[in-house]
Formats: sequence, structure tokens, C-alpha cells
Amino acid sequence: MAITKNRSMMITATNKVEIAIVREQDVVPLRNRVKDYGVKAGMSILNQTKLITATSELVRNLLKYGGGGKVLVEEVNNGRDKGVRATFIDNGPGIADIDLAMKDGYSTGKSLGLGLPGTKRLVNEFDIKTEMGVGTTVTIIKWKNG
Amino acid sequence: MQKNVLGGLKEYESKLNTIWTQLLLERGSTDGATEEEESKEFTSLFLEAIKLGGNSTDLNSQEFDKLYDLLTGISISRAKRGFSPRETGQYIISFKEAASKILSEIESEPAALYAANLELSTIVDNLTIMTFESFLKGREDVIARQTEEISEISTPVIRVWEGVVALPIIGTLDSSRTQIVMENLLQQIVDTGSSIAILDISGVPAVDSLVAQHLIKTVSATRLMGAECIISGIRPEIAQTVVHLGIDLTGIVTKATLASALQTAFEMLQLTVVKRK
Repeated sequence: MAITKNRSMMITATNKVEIAIVREQDVVPLRNRVKDYGVKAGMSILNQTKLITATSELVRNLLKYGGGGKVLVEEVNNGRDKGVRATFIDNGPGIADIDLAMKDGYSTGKSLGLGLPGTKRLVNEFDIKTEMGVGTTVTIIKWKNG
Repeated sequence: MQKNVLGGLKEYESKLNTIWTQLLLERGSTDGATEEEESKEFTSLFLEAIKLGGNSTDLNSQEFDKLYDLLTGISISRAKRGFSPRETGQYIISFKEAASKILSEIESEPAALYAANLELSTIVDNLTIMTFESFLKGREDVIARQTEEISEISTPVIRVWEGVVALPIIGTLDSSRTQIVMENLLQQIVDTGSSIAILDISGVPAVDSLVAQHLIKTVSATRLMGAECIISGIRPEIAQTVVHLGIDLTGIVTKATLASALQTAFEMLQLTVVKRK
């Protein structure tokens, strides 16, 4: 099952890095890396903060529910605008009801339940694919002027 | 049973030490006198282990135990004194060179010399690996200690006024950090008898839902102690991000700067700051 927020067009991606996430200590280095990409794309402080916060939410989910995984970070360009794409991949149990997971205030853990829906509001493009017992992949893009 | 050429080193112990020390000095991988004792002890333990029958077929045999203990100690202490891994590696490799030099003097038959050198290499190589393991462990200990120190010094509780404490948070607010922050803050409230606590988050790079949840918990705990909690240092971009995320902070007194939080605290305490005439 998948939920997509996507105004798709031709996107070229460069400078891909892959970062393994296994512990809580891996969160800060990842966030700094994503921030560097944001700065490189020329993002404003506000958009940088939105991107970092979204990254932070998703990587915490990846750790908490997915049991760790990896994150791919890339510079993207759609011809008009530059941006950053981050892909969060885990091999965890997957999400049983994705519509429910995307709802504000719903959480199977003891959190506020704002991670996924909040992240979707922070970024320009949001795509989630999940399969029970296989894992979950979330892709986000934040454009420089988005 | 082959001839125990390696055991023959025993008679040349002081010469071995001299050559080794010289090699170390040439390469600058020692800091001189302090290590000479250690080196001597190492040589004597090494020869002792060989004499007791330690050999390359069983590198974990108990003959080597004392030697390993000493080496681990040397390696960890070198890590703490700031030696580079190369220098520490050189230390043990130089020993092999020195021993090999003496072996070639005392044994003239090539086959026996080769066998002895091979034996020496196998044992010392294993020691080198151990050295690195313990060297890294020494470094990791340093890092772990620093991490602990950082988390302690980074959560100071400051008494800014009678009845008002402030706690500037710098860096990421994760679960373990929140725990320390909360403990320090609540303890200080009791110790100073304060009724207002200011939590300044100017130095927090991003407020995600987990950080927000930690903040809300800290505020609730403070209120249970009978004190009011003000969160200050909310930058414009943080405010917008929090709104987009959908975090509800309406029940909490928040201020943009520490100065305005202090002003609010004064109002709550019914204090006025007046300019002298």
C-alpha cells in the first residue's frame, strides 16, 4: 500500500550518500549531513529547519519501529528548482494500517502521533511504501523554494 | 622436537633491551625513561613465557597471560597519553626487529633461524593485534568519559533570581538527555525553593515531535512540583516548524527570548524592575 504526495516531473539526482542507522547516536550526524545538503541547495533557514525536522521524525520512526535501517540522501534538480531527497529504508515489520498511521494523533507507541502526518506537512513531496513483514520505505523531497 | 632457538634469547636479555630501546629512540616512538621500565618488564615476561613453553600453536595458552596483561596496560596508557596508533604499533614491531637481529647472531643454520623467526613473528604479530585492540579500547574509554562529561556540563541549572531558575539546553534533546535535564531541574527547584523555572531552547537545532514530547513532560513534572515552567528561545523557524508538525503547546507559557521569559517571571512574582532616578 502506498500514499503519495507527488507533483512528479523529470528529476535528476546527484551526490548520493548512504548512511546506516543503527543507534540513536546516528541521528545527529545524519541530521547534520542533511543540513549540509540543504545549505548546498541554497535553502532558507526555515526550509532547512523543516527538512531537518522531517528527517529527524522519520529517522526516529526508522529506529523505533523499523529496528534501524539506512538513509539515502541526494541532491535533486527538476530544472526549475534545487532540492534534497531523502529515502528512509527499513526492514521492519511494516505498517498495518497506513491510513491510520497517517492520521494526526494516532500512535502505536507512546508518542504524540504526529511523526508521519507532521512530516508530510513539512516537506513538498512525500511517498510511503510499506509491506507487512518486509519493511517500509519513506521518500521525501524538500525543494529550495518549496 | 626442533631446537628451541627462541629460548636461547634468554641469555641475551639485556642486549635485547638495549637494541629495542635504541630502535624506539631512533623512531621517536617512546617518551624515554618512563617507558624503559615497562619495556624491560615486557622483555622479561616475553622470555619467561617462551621458557614456560608458550608457542605459536596456542597463542591463548596461560603462559602468555601475564604478558598480555602488561601489554594491555601499556597500550591503554599509551592511548590515554595521546600516542598515535602508528607509534604504538612501532613499539611492539620494534621488539620483533630487535629480537630477530639477535636471533640471526646466535643461530647460523638457515633452516633453524627461519623456523625461529617464523615462530617469533607469529607470536609478536598476535601481540600487535592485541595492542591495537586495547589501544582502541583505551581511546573508546576516553570518548565514553568525554560523552558523559559533556552531558553533565551541558545541563547546568542557573539561579537567575530569588525563586527563579533557568536551564539553557544546547544540542539535541534525546531521551537520556531529557532524563538528566529533568532530574537536575526538579532537584534545583527543591534545593532553591524556586517557583519558576525557565527552559531555554535557543541552542536546540530542531524541535521534532519527540523533543516536544520531552518538553511537555518536563513542564508537567515541574508543575507537579508546584512550580511554573516557561519555555524560552523559540526561534521563528522553530515556531513555524512546530505549527506544521501539529504540536500543541498551547498549555505552555512560551517566550521568544530569555529576557522576556525573565520579565514574565518577574510579573508572576509581582516584582518590578525600576530605573534609578
